[in-house]
Amino acid sequence: MKPIATTRSATGIPTGRLALWWVVGSEIVIFGGLLASYIMHRIGHPEFGDYAAHTNTWAGALNTFVLLTSSLFAVLAHQAAEKGDGRKAHRFLWYTIGGAVTFLVVKGFEWTHEIHQGYTITANAFWSFYYTAAGLHGLHVIAGAIVMGVVAHKAKRNEELQRVELVGIYWHFVDIVWIFLFPLLYIAK
Amino acid sequence: MASTADHADHADHAGDAGHAHHEPGFVKKYLWSTDHKMIAMQYLFTGMVMALIGGYFAYAFRMQMAFPGQHVPGFGFMAPGEYNGLVTSHGTIMIFWVAMPVLLAAFGNFLIPLMIGCDDMVFPRLNRLSYQIFLISAVVLVASFFVHGGPFGGAWTAYPPLSAKAEYNLTPLGATLWLVAVALEFVAFLLGGINFVTTAMNARAPGMRMWDIPIVIWMIVLASIMFMASVGPLVAGAAMLLFDQTLGTAFYDPARGGDPILWQHLFWFFGHPEVYVVLLPALGIVAEVMTVFARKKLFAYKTVLYTAIATGILGFFVWAHHQFIAGIDPRMANVFTVTTVLISVPIGEMCFVYIATLYGGSIRLTTPMLWALAFLAEFLIGGVTGIFLGASGSDIYLHDTYFVLAHFHYTFFPIAIIAVFAGITYWYPKMFGRMLNETLGKIHFWITIVGFNMAFIPLFICGAAGDHRRIYDYSSFPDLAKPYLQNLRILATVGTIVILFGQIFFLINFFRSLRGGPVAGPNPWRANTLEWTVPSPPPHGNFAVMPTVYRGPYEYSVPGREEDFWPQNLPD
Repeated sequence: MKPIATTRSATGIPTGRLALWWVVGSEIVIFGGLLASYIMHRIGHPEFGDYAAHTNTWAGALNTFVLLTSSLFAVLAHQAAEKGDGRKAHRFLWYTIGGAVTFLVVKGFEWTHEIHQGYTITANAFWSFYYTAAGLHGLHVIAGAIVMGVVAHKAKRNEELQRVELVGIYWHFVDIVWIFLFPLLYIAK
Repeated sequence: MASTADHADHADHAGDAGHAHHEPGFVKKYLWSTDHKMIAMQYLFTGMVMALIGGYFAYAFRMQMAFPGQHVPGFGFMAPGEYNGLVTSHGTIMIFWVAMPVLLAAFGNFLIPLMIGCDDMVFPRLNRLSYQIFLISAVVLVASFFVHGGPFGGAWTAYPPLSAKAEYNLTPLGATLWLVAVALEFVAFLLGGINFVTTAMNARAPGMRMWDIPIVIWMIVLASIMFMASVGPLVAGAAMLLFDQTLGTAFYDPARGGDPILWQHLFWFFGHPEVYVVLLPALGIVAEVMTVFARKKLFAYKTVLYTAIATGILGFFVWAHHQFIAGIDPRMANVFTVTTVLISVPIGEMCFVYIATLYGGSIRLTTPMLWALAFLAEFLIGGVTGIFLGASGSDIYLHDTYFVLAHFHYTFFPIAIIAVFAGITYWYPKMFGRMLNETLGKIHFWITIVGFNMAFIPLFICGAAGDHRRIYDYSSFPDLAKPYLQNLRILATVGTIVILFGQIFFLINFFRSLRGGPVAGPNPWRANTLEWTVPSPPPHGNFAVMPTVYRGPYEYSVPGREEDFWPQNLPD
């Protein structure tokens, strides 16, 4: 049973959404710290550009497209949930999860190829950043996909439909992190 | 409107509880509870146990400083590596496992729902998870004392390359466990902080405007936000350090394109705001205690609040004053000198506001009030000595000496010990329903204060004379092995033992009063805030009828009123 505290809304913002924005805020500073560290290193080490030339820009571009499309499905799921159509929201959420899986598969091929060429996480600071930043982002993709599965399961029975919006906000955040990672790690050569 | 809904809800709730009332088992009541008060107690007791461990470590390495190479009673002979491990663990424990859990988590959990007038946190299960992760982190840290190679000994700041490579620190497992423990602790406080902020924003009682929130709640919320905003980069930094330790990545390795100074930036970008993360709740506690025992309205509520916000913002722009001799650009050092000296303005302002609150009040020197007054006096010394360290010119000389150590103990001890005792002695009747013994409380207070000054004033002198912080035995340094310096070191050690001895009175008082103290009743201090309107200790769900708030928290000695206090929930 929920406490009375959970049902109150002194700010007028639903408690779940308010808390989620704080989660996103705390995540922004985690990725912010990592990316700021990378950018400072990138400025100080022109040779990072040569290492970055070995990344597969086309695979990165494909993944950007996949993630953006999955975010579109998250929006459509939210739209359906707003109208109270849980079944439709459920379907769109599964499309979004499909996007997450595609993203991870592409990533898997990329990393396998790079590791075979000898560009491992210990090769130098660039590759350390490359795998850590993309890996941390990948963990967020996996976590988002799992949570979306749970939300979709409930949504199918028209339960807890407000969560569709929350998971959508989180997914957009994961998407935006990638929008920063892609140019920084792949394009800036 | 909202209040009627609350009343109805709560009436249903009370009815249910009446029908299905059964005593929960030990595990469900003490270990698996989602009740914010029980979680607060869990944090408080874990913090107290960790404080005893940290205090024991301080005793051991201070004995080594006073009588180098001799047998330490209750510890044995100390090797240099052990000394490093003890110092590191003392710092880590006192900041992450004592100051944070007690000031933020214990007081935050206990006070937020009670003071804003609701029945629990908005996410009770998240709250329980937060404590459980915290407990695991404490277990991991304690486990690191017993692994092969011993605990990590590279200082609580864990600078690479010492912390990154086992061939330098010689504690391959200890260093990794230390890092994992700290990272888990951060996760626990991120979850807890989100809960605190959301609860304080959304779950306030009807009628409670922004300016009716007690200052201590504001302070805990601001501290939680500061923690959230500052710890992120260090979470990333800790992951990078963990990979450097375990996988052999190159983040902090200059030979492969990394940079060890990066860690210092990430660490202190968190580490300095962290000081304010624990300072703000301490200032909040002191504000509550002072207004009640001066029977006077808090002087300039909004000024306190804006000052705290200013401190919070400025606190993010001072971190590099820890790195003046790390080879940073001198022009940057100038900027950080300016910001560091600037931040003493809002803190000084806060001290003046508290003194103005006392002015003209009818002051009662109860135990909590003594602690609150001591906080102001002792913290002032910590603040003033900070100016010498914030100015890059003098810091170059004083860096890494005992002067620095004495300075930050004069800030952290008032925060994590003195203000915490003010809080514990003030809210003890509410937590446990009994009054503490005033005589034992005052004996405890005076022994602790005398011991504290005896321990750290000598260290200012040692530091100014050139004592370096991280030396295991001074006898091989002729310039520093002088008798007068050694006598000061012995005096400091005696002070440490006096502090620890004084805590026996606290423990006796604490545990004896649990059953033997006089029954407190709901409002023994005649205070205004909402937690004093419910029975002591508050029942599950806190309020029998959800309160409505009509005024601010500090309406003491209002002219024309018969009573000298005016509870927040009393209709006009």
